[in-house]
Amino acid sequence: MLPLRVTGAMVRRRGKTLLGPIDLELAGTGLTVVIGPNGSGKTTLLRVMHGIERLTAGQIAWAVPMAEARQRQAYVFQQPTMLRRSVADNLAFPLRLSGQPQAQARETAAEWACRIGLGDALDRPALRLSGGERQKLALARALIRSPKVLFLDEPCANLDGRATRDIEALLVEVRDTGTRIVLATHDMGQARRLATEGVFLRSGQVWESGTTLLTAPQTPELAAFLKGDIVL
Amino acid sequence: MTDILDGFTAAFYLLIGLDSDLIEISLRSLHVSLTALLFACAIAFPLGTYLAVQRFRHRRTVISVLNALMGLPPVVVGLIVYVFLSRSGPLGVLGLLFTPTAMIIAQVIIITPLIASITHQAMRDLWADYHDLLISLNATKRQRIATLIIDGRRNLLTAALAGFGRAIGEVGAIMIVGGNIDHATRVLTTAIALETGKGDFALALGLGFVLIALALLVNLSIHWLSRTESDGLW
Repeated sequence: MLPLRVTGAMVRRRGKTLLGPIDLELAGTGLTVVIGPNGSGKTTLLRVMHGIERLTAGQIAWAVPMAEARQRQAYVFQQPTMLRRSVADNLAFPLRLSGQPQAQARETAAEWACRIGLGDALDRPALRLSGGERQKLALARALIRSPKVLFLDEPCANLDGRATRDIEALLVEVRDTGTRIVLATHDMGQARRLATEGVFLRSGQVWESGTTLLTAPQTPELAAFLKGDIVL
Repeated sequence: MTDILDGFTAAFYLLIGLDSDLIEISLRSLHVSLTALLFACAIAFPLGTYLAVQRFRHRRTVISVLNALMGLPPVVVGLIVYVFLSRSGPLGVLGLLFTPTAMIIAQVIIITPLIASITHQAMRDLWADYHDLLISLNATKRQRIATLIIDGRRNLLTAALAGFGRAIGEVGAIMIVGGNIDHATRVLTTAIALETGKGDFALALGLGFVLIALALLVNLSIHWLSRTESDGLW
């Protein structure tokens, strides 16, 4: 279904330009990190690519029809939504939506719960999970339909080292089996550990992008940002 | 004061003696109101949820109208249903006037807006919570509504109980379309109205206490069955 082409995409809300215009192509394999200061449009860019943000101008196009593309991608939100159901039912939910029978969906859900270390919490209400467990559950729920493209919006914000390591291990595994990942993050260490290429956003614009983004910045703003200076 | 005490005594003897008339009209009250509740819920749950999920041009107007209809005067509803069901009315051929069915129809009209409105408010909050996930997972409209109804079932229970409360205690509409006919359409509320009119306060109060007890019993048993308060947010 790749490449994804974003052409002239622009998002304006209440007279304020949140994003764009942006031209971007997502192709091949690997993991793209989206970095940039707060309010630079990272989340909006991810939502635009995922197709859940209304565009003011421009368009996005996959190599396959939109309906098919929507089925084969997943998104992990910064604040993961926990359905008011058990862990098992949360995991099985996407499969049930695409029409899998209950027994089969629950079986897959149980496998995934074990993979993320929630094997003994299958019947616990998802709302009782800790922050790290929620994030892992949301990631597993996103991966359970084996998406071709996965978007993650700061999946490790506010998580401790252990939970972050678990999530990154899973992401590396998924990345290396051919799922295209787009990850917005504030954690430069995480960006360096995972990225094969990157996009640097600044006030809604793609300021710089490429495979050497993190190692050889071309613009002074990015260099300052990577050094840890405050860039607005 | 003696009236109230007499009322308690009357209620006590009615219950102890398992008065056959009392049982008959109590069961009829339950039958009419629970059936009306069933139909009203079947309409109001999907409707309220749909209004929370779907954006369309006159959505706000529809919601305001719905909220306004919560205060629909039962007597007027009774009158309109009467006109429709009367011999010369458009639905006269069905011969439904002065039957429990007519009473059920009137009560469905009265409580559906109430249940739909409470449903809408509860579902709006749940939808704000679930919105992004359901859109992202590409759920169809039907699936979205079904998910909200399933996960918001506790809120729907509250809505249903509010509807039941209004139905079981309602007298204006069922008096008009039912006619308060002994052994046919007499229910607790119309019987109370009748006995009060006749001046038999003891019996009226007795029936009143039975009615309150009935309403409490249904509410408590539904809460108990669904264990509403035992599981936090669930």
